Amino acid sequence: MPPLTLVFEQLLNGVQFGVMLFLMAAGLTLVFGIMNFVNLAHGSFYMIGAYLTLAAVQWSGNYIAGVVLGLAGTLLVGMLVEVVALRTLYARDHLDHVLATFGLILFFNELVAIIWGRTLLDFPRPEWLRGHVEIFAGSRYPFYRAVVILVGLAVGAGLWYVVTRTRLGMLIRAGASNRTMIAALGVNVRLLYTVVFGFGCALAGLAGLMAGPIYAVLPGMGEMILIQVFVVIVIGGLGSIRGAFVGALLVGIVDTLGRAFLRPLLATMISPTAADSAGPALASMLIYLLMALVLAVRPEGLFPSRGR
Amino acid sequence: MRAHAQLIFWAVLVAALALLPPVVGVLHEPFYVELVRRVMIFAIAAASLNLILGYGGLVSFGHAAYLGIGGYAVGILSFYGMNSGWLQWPVAIGASALVALAIGAVSIRASGMYFIMITLAFTQMLYYLGISIEEFGGDDGMRIKTRSQFSGLIDLADPVASYYLVLVLMFGTIYLVHRIARSRFGMVLRAAKSNEARSRAIGFSPYSYRLCAFTIAGALCGLAGALLANHTAYITPDFMHWTRSGEIMFMVILGGVASSAGPLLGALVLLVFETLLAGWTEHWQVILGPLLVLSVIFFRTGLAGIIPGAGDE
Repeated sequence: MPPLTLVFEQLLNGVQFGVMLFLMAAGLTLVFGIMNFVNLAHGSFYMIGAYLTLAAVQWSGNYIAGVVLGLAGTLLVGMLVEVVALRTLYARDHLDHVLATFGLILFFNELVAIIWGRTLLDFPRPEWLRGHVEIFAGSRYPFYRAVVILVGLAVGAGLWYVVTRTRLGMLIRAGASNRTMIAALGVNVRLLYTVVFGFGCALAGLAGLMAGPIYAVLPGMGEMILIQVFVVIVIGGLGSIRGAFVGALLVGIVDTLGRAFLRPLLATMISPTAADSAGPALASMLIYLLMALVLAVRPEGLFPSRGR
Repeated sequence: MRAHAQLIFWAVLVAALALLPPVVGVLHEPFYVELVRRVMIFAIAAASLNLILGYGGLVSFGHAAYLGIGGYAVGILSFYGMNSGWLQWPVAIGASALVALAIGAVSIRASGMYFIMITLAFTQMLYYLGISIEEFGGDDGMRIKTRSQFSGLIDLADPVASYYLVLVLMFGTIYLVHRIARSRFGMVLRAAKSNEARSRAIGFSPYSYRLCAFTIAGALCGLAGALLANHTAYITPDFMHWTRSGEIMFMVILGGVASSAGPLLGALVLLVFETLLAGWTEHWQVILGPLLVLSVIFFRTGLAGIIPGAGDE
C-alpha cells in the first residue's frame, strides 16, 4: 500500500492533467455545439500556443507578457484559419471536416518543425512559479502545478459565467439551437462563428502553454493530448461543457493514478515480472477501457446535450 | 457504351500493373516495383475501408489498427519461430476480424462524430499497447528475420514474385468488395446509409449488417497488414499511427467514395505524390497538408469520377 501523501499527490496530478484536458475539451465541444464542426486540428492550436508563448517569453524576457502575446497570437491564427480554410466547410458533412483538418495538422506540425526544429524544446518555468507549497502538514506539492489547477478552475468558472450569464453566451446558446433563426434576427453569424472558433483555439493555446514546462514541447505534441480529449468528450457527451468538465477530471485522474499505481497493485496479485510488462500496457489502455464501459452503459455520454 | 469504357479501363489497369516488373527490369529501376507493390498493399487497405465508409457510410478513423494487427500477427509468430504463411496469414486475418468485431460492437451503437472519435480512440489504444510491450520491440518495433513461408511455393523475399502475389490479392479484394456491395447484404448496407429510418421501416435493423461489414473490412485490412509486414520485413507501432488511418481514409476520398477503382487510384496518386514530394524536400508535409485541404474544398467527385470508365454504374 503506497503512503497516503503519495496517493494524494498523484490525485492532485490527476486533477492538474484533467484541468488541462478540460481547457482543450471545452473549446472543441463549444465549436462543435454551435457550428456542428469537427476540428481535428484542435491539437495544433495547443502546440501553437506553447511555441508562440515560448518564443514571446524569450523575446520579451517577461513571462506574463509572453503569455499574453502567445494567447493573442493563437487567437489570431485560429481566426485566420477559420476565415481562410474552414468557413466554407460548415455546410459539408463530418467526413469533409475530418479530412480538411487532418490536412491542417500535417501543415502545422511540419511548419513548426521548419521554424523551431524537430527536437524537444526546454520551456523553463519562471522563477516565481518554482518551489513547492505545503497543502497540509507533510505534503509538499509543486507550486507550478498548483497554479495550473487554479487557473484551469478559474477559466472553467469564467466560461460558465460567459455562456450562461452574458449576451455573448446567449448568442452562443442561441446559435447552437437554431442558427437560421438568430441570423434572421440580425446577428452576424459569420462573425460570431469566427470569434467562437478563435476563443476555442485560445483555450487550447492556454492548455498548451501551461503544459510546456510540465510535458514536452515538440511538433506533434497536440495530437498526443487530442485523442485523450476525444475520450473526454465521448465520456462527457458531445456539445456539453459540464460533461467536458466531469469527463476531463475523470480521465485525468484515472489515467494518472493508473500509471502510478497499477503496476505495484498488480505486483501484489501476480508475479512482479509479469506485473512489470502488464502494468504499463494496462495503464496506457485504462482510459479507453473506461470509455468503452461508459459507452456500453450510456452511448450518448454522461451528459448528452439536449436537442442534438 | 458505358460498359465498353469500363472494360477498357480495367483491361488497361491490369495490363499496366502486370507489365510493370518486366518493363522496369529492362530499365534497371527496381525501385518502382517496390513503390507500386506498396501502393497495391494500401489499395487493399483502402478498398476494405471503402466497404464500410463508401457503401456503409461508417466513417472509421481507425482503420490502421487492422494494418497493425495483421502485421504484428506475422511479426509475433515469426518471433516465436513460426514462419509458415499458412499459419501466419489466417491468424492475421482472424485476429483483425476479432478486434474489428469488438471495436465495432461498441462503436457502431454510436453515430456521426461519436463514431469517428471512438474508432480513433480505440486505434490509439492499440498504438500505445504496441509501444508499451517491450518484448516485441516497443517503440522501435522489430525486424522480421524470415518472411512468411508457403511450403516453397512462392518466395516472398523475391520482389517480383511477391509483387505478383500482391497484385492478385489486390484485384481479388477489389472484386470481393465489388460483389459484396452489390449483393443483397450490400443493398441493405447501402440502404441504411442513404436512409436509416426507411431501412428500419421495411424491417432491416442496420446494426448487425454494419457490424458484419465492419468485421469483414477489418479482416481484409488484416491481410493488407500481413502483406505490409512482409513488404518491409519490419513491424512497428507506426503501422497503427493515427496519421496512417487518415492517409487510408484520404485515399478512399481522393479516389472516389463507393467506387471499385477509387481505392486503387487514390492509393496510387497519394503515395506516388508523397514519394515525389519527399524526394524534393524533407518538409513535404507542409505542401501536402494544404493540398489535402484544397482537394476537400474543391475536388469533390474523386478521381474515379473524372477518368472515363473508372466510375461504377
